[in-house]
Amino acid sequence: MSILVIAEHDNSALKGATLNTVTAAAQIGGEIDVLVAGENCGAVAEEAAKIAGVNKVLVADDAAYGHQLAENLGQLVADLAAGYSHVLASATTTGKNFMPRVAALLDVAQISDIVAVESADTFQRPIYAGNAIATVRSGDATKVITVRATAFDAAATEGSASVESLDKVTDAGVSSFVKEELAKSDRPELTAAKVIVSGGRGMGNGENFALLEKLADKLGAAVGASRAAVDAGFVPNDMQVGQTGKIVAPELYIAVGISGAIQHLAGMKDSKYIVAINKDEEAPIFQVADYGLVADLFEAVPELEQKL
Amino acid sequence: MKVLVAVKRVVDYNVKVRVKGDQSGVDLANVKMAMNPFCEIAVEEAVRLKEKGVAEEIVVVSMGPKAAQEQIRTAMALGADRGILVETDEELESLAVAKLLAKIVEEEQPGLVILGKQAIDSDNNQTGQMLGALTGMPQGTFASEVSMGEGKVEVTREIDGGLQTLSLNLPAIVTTDLRLNEPRYASLPNIMKAKRKPLETKTPADLGVDVAPRLKVLNVAPPAERQAGVMVSSVDELVEKLKNEAKVV
Repeated sequence: MSILVIAEHDNSALKGATLNTVTAAAQIGGEIDVLVAGENCGAVAEEAAKIAGVNKVLVADDAAYGHQLAENLGQLVADLAAGYSHVLASATTTGKNFMPRVAALLDVAQISDIVAVESADTFQRPIYAGNAIATVRSGDATKVITVRATAFDAAATEGSASVESLDKVTDAGVSSFVKEELAKSDRPELTAAKVIVSGGRGMGNGENFALLEKLADKLGAAVGASRAAVDAGFVPNDMQVGQTGKIVAPELYIAVGISGAIQHLAGMKDSKYIVAINKDEEAPIFQVADYGLVADLFEAVPELEQKL
Repeated sequence: MKVLVAVKRVVDYNVKVRVKGDQSGVDLANVKMAMNPFCEIAVEEAVRLKEKGVAEEIVVVSMGPKAAQEQIRTAMALGADRGILVETDEELESLAVAKLLAKIVEEEQPGLVILGKQAIDSDNNQTGQMLGALTGMPQGTFASEVSMGEGKVEVTREIDGGLQTLSLNLPAIVTTDLRLNEPRYASLPNIMKAKRKPLETKTPADLGVDVAPRLKVLNVAPPAERQAGVMVSSVDELVEKLKNEAKVV
């Protein structure tokens, strides 16, 4: 068996989710190659070569791959896939975007967002917003899989794989990049943070999120939000935790003013410890919280920040 | 321009589903069904394009059991002009749906295809992208804004770090994210009118598509239960628990 892992990166640095995906690949077993497709992405290839357990790093460096357009990247990966039994990418917005194209080009089903590897052809994945876990077996010749990063540990970075350049370029020429607006934050990345402080509709407005930010700074935590807080315009959408936002599993998740709808729980109920602060003692969030505090968040959060 | 919208019949998003005792699947008997929320957003976007004079006709298509007619009628009550049901009692995987859609695209030649980004039952997030691969069309997934130009469409996408805008040649595929729009409700007169709009029924065999599943579901289990938590009475007690019991701060 041989496995191709598609690296996730921003052309200058490798994204952490790639390391978790390599761990999933190692659990399947077999030789692991990593593809780095991008523009001026030499530094990323060097980083990828240091991931423990990686055999070889393939680099496709061309303007056509600069923004990981699904049309170009999907075709490149599908062309490479012939030599592999498994193709894996992390279930990030990039992976979710191009991988199904790869699967359809290969005429195979894709297995989305796996949380466990049972064997080389059998995997577990959540369905119905995480309210059921399906175990599925694939009969396809090539297994095309996206991996939920929070379900696997990060691979170590102590290897020394060889780096090989690919020169064939695929440019479908049907789509082009216009612009990007990335949120700037000095705090840890939401999906990789050990501690997350999240706010919901109960925060009342965007300014009040400053309370959570202070608490987050004290804890070295990332700040998240529920859909209600995003829809109300309190915070940008990339902070949304849930079925349709980011899936997180930190050591500690502090939910403040969040009722705990099914769709929100889908994104955080695998956190090790969950703390809920809510003034409604009937809020469903208390059913999953390890520690629940019925209190006014505007009093409890500053007090908590002070006492930590 | 003709717009094709795909809609799926799924369990209502407010229902907390239960796994069957024999772990063969999720119990869907007597559970409230509805249009997938992302599909509602797709229908709404198509209707808005028609209201702007960009779209001339909206064709709504669904794959599934006969009962999926209800979701097509709902879409027609919201403004779609006609419907196509590809009727089958088989459980359809995303690849099969994408292949069926590709055939419909070939027949209908739409200028734009709009789908939801994922169905809340299977949580796959695959069909739109797969349709892109099968038809060679470019894709604008997880769209929060769509603006039509001459022969092109600009799509702003919700990505992990923020927003990204792409320009796609038409015909193209757009999959909707939550923030693309706020779907409207169907009015009673429109629900009545929708009953008279044309609805064509086909089968996978008519379209020449093999819909046999590629994945075998071995087991569907409930997720691991979390241990019951405790309620604390003060911030002091919470801090004490976090420091000494959980040891996470």
